Amino acid sequence: MAKILAAPHMERCIGCHSCALACARLVYKRLSWETAGIRIHSTGGLSSSFAASRCVACNPAQCVPACPTGALKQRKGGGIIFQSKLCIKCGKCVQACPVSAIFQDRNGDIFVCRQCGQCVSFCPHNCLEYREIDGETKTPEVTA
Amino acid sequence: MKRDWFRVMEVHADSGTCTIHKIEGRGEAVGGSGLAALLFEKFGSVSEPWDSESQPFILAIGPLTGAFPLMSKTVAAFKSPYHDQYTESHAGGRSALALRFADLDALVITGRAKKLSCIEISSRSFSMKDVSFMKGMDVQEGGKLLRSMSAGGSGHRSILRIGPSGEVGSAIACVNCDTYRHFGRLGAGSVLGAKNIKGIIIHGDGGFDIPRGTGYKKLFEKIYQGVTGTTMMKKYHSLGTPANLQSLDDLKSLPWRNLQQTSDPEGIKGVNGQRFADDTLLRNGACSGCPVGCIHIGFVREKFSRDNRYVYRQIAYDYEPVFACGTMLGITSAFDVLNVMDVMEKVSVDAISGGVMLAWATEALERGLITEKETMIPLSFGNAEAYRKAAWYLGTGANSFYRLLGQGTLKAAAGYGGSEFACVLGQEMAGYATGELYFAAQSLGFRHSHLDTGAYAYEQKHNEKDLNRAADFLINDEPGRCLLTSMVACLFSRTVYVPEILYDCLSVLGYEDAGEIVENGGERIRRKRWALRFATGFKPEDIVLPKRFYSIKTWKGPVDPEFLDALKREYGERLKELIS
Repeated sequence: MAKILAAPHMERCIGCHSCALACARLVYKRLSWETAGIRIHSTGGLSSSFAASRCVACNPAQCVPACPTGALKQRKGGGIIFQSKLCIKCGKCVQACPVSAIFQDRNGDIFVCRQCGQCVSFCPHNCLEYREIDGETKTPEVTA
Repeated sequence: MKRDWFRVMEVHADSGTCTIHKIEGRGEAVGGSGLAALLFEKFGSVSEPWDSESQPFILAIGPLTGAFPLMSKTVAAFKSPYHDQYTESHAGGRSALALRFADLDALVITGRAKKLSCIEISSRSFSMKDVSFMKGMDVQEGGKLLRSMSAGGSGHRSILRIGPSGEVGSAIACVNCDTYRHFGRLGAGSVLGAKNIKGIIIHGDGGFDIPRGTGYKKLFEKIYQGVTGTTMMKKYHSLGTPANLQSLDDLKSLPWRNLQQTSDPEGIKGVNGQRFADDTLLRNGACSGCPVGCIHIGFVREKFSRDNRYVYRQIAYDYEPVFACGTMLGITSAFDVLNVMDVMEKVSVDAISGGVMLAWATEALERGLITEKETMIPLSFGNAEAYRKAAWYLGTGANSFYRLLGQGTLKAAAGYGGSEFACVLGQEMAGYATGELYFAAQSLGFRHSHLDTGAYAYEQKHNEKDLNRAADFLINDEPGRCLLTSMVACLFSRTVYVPEILYDCLSVLGYEDAGEIVENGGERIRRKRWALRFATGFKPEDIVLPKRFYSIKTWKGPVDPEFLDALKREYGERLKELIS
């Protein structure tokens, strides 16, 4: 069964960015806290809590039909498969994602979670889990 | 990621413009402490006073910043309002990685803005805005306002700001860094205040390709596992540095009530690390790029109306501010300590110096050297509510007494008397009454900090009075720390980043001169910054230890005055030799 990245314990997050740095380093070969498939943001300043911007593995994924070149494909069980060679950097997937999980850098390159789970072991507080899909993940409902 | 030169942004505060400089010298200066000294040589003046328009305020990071765990600190360098000499102050938070991802090795601010201003930078933008409406604003309110004025980037930006203390020129004004960290000691806040800079926002919106191959990733993982998979960092993330409160009290080395005692077995029960964790700890935090998470955030709540209406506040606590705003003031309730620290935070003074200053004022009041006319409120050891008010008066410079006290306890004592019980070791003491070696070490240390050398730790293990061995330790311990603060590592990681690991880190990033840097860089940088310190007026013989330090008892017994004087003399001579 396919596995997806989950973030069930973000209330434990201390804002070290180790997960984002790991994704950037291991998946995208970058040193950055932005060019990654998971990105940590504070919510209301540091005196509040942290949130993880990440692909929530929705199914069907709204970014897939938005992509005009087929660079994004539906992943079985949730999430997407990204083929960078097919990407024309139009950014329509970024606009289509209901949870702002896709990051586009200044060169137009796309950074999105590949559901590989490599970031999980770098979280010192076990905020993240790499787990088998429990039923089908649904596309989040977003109201205007 | 590797750069053989330094990319430095100079902000001209007077014109609201900036220049990007390409500065050579990576092999010599490395980064952090070394880079800051290099930049002070280039942009600063050893003879002009600290608040001269031309003097720089420098923030510098190092070659390993962000590339490895715990490489998460920024070095601030400036001429200090406290003693008008060159100094450094270090802070964690997000500023180090924000500078890295803004593609800068250093930020230098020169000139004086015409109006109170805020600087905002990223890897592709620069602006300076008029924030005159923030005049007098405390750092919490100011932080919220700066966040709201800065579009996007939450979590990926660093917000530095000063409070009212920096605007009134207090010599202990700090720069608040991302709410819970500080460029704390020796008055960095007033250096920004003199430049009319209320805040600095740094967006880390860029990035770099990592080295090809698997070497970098493997080394990162090895270090990461060492940091998180072993117990070597437990003391920093469990109870944190406040664990030392009980240990030092047990050792009869914890200053209480203006260092009139070195232990209070009953009082310590209310303010030791376990008490803080059990009763007040709300959550932990981390500097960006550090999985240890040593930041301990406590809470206080306050009933502001009879109908069960409360506000709550969050205050980061560590050993040093708990000593200064707690035991030094005779406060034995953890919540009361946090309440005093809360005001120190708001006015943005260095909580160590602030607490030690108020402890002196309390004893001076008891002895009749000053009156309530000066203190504006009756101060007495243990009275937290009075200290909350006094902290506000101190930070805002509410009258001539508090303005003078804010320049340094010894300056106030010169005017009112009481220098013999001023707990000043170059600057207001840190919380280690371990004995002669520590007193000599902080008095003459480069930053007058407990982190200049490991004197307090050495002293807890050595009872012998071996002058040369002790002086050798102080001299030999410093270069390794200089190397770490040039990378720029958190000094909590000094057992992780031993020279062999630093060599591996630099090598894997492509620094071909890694061997030379690791072997000689620390010593070279140590000498470079001491040369600046001496050139700006430092004379070891000018530093006189107040009598209080000669009259106390530590775990070793009564302080030996002759040994203390001999140590200080010897250490001073050794420092002079460094620059001869």
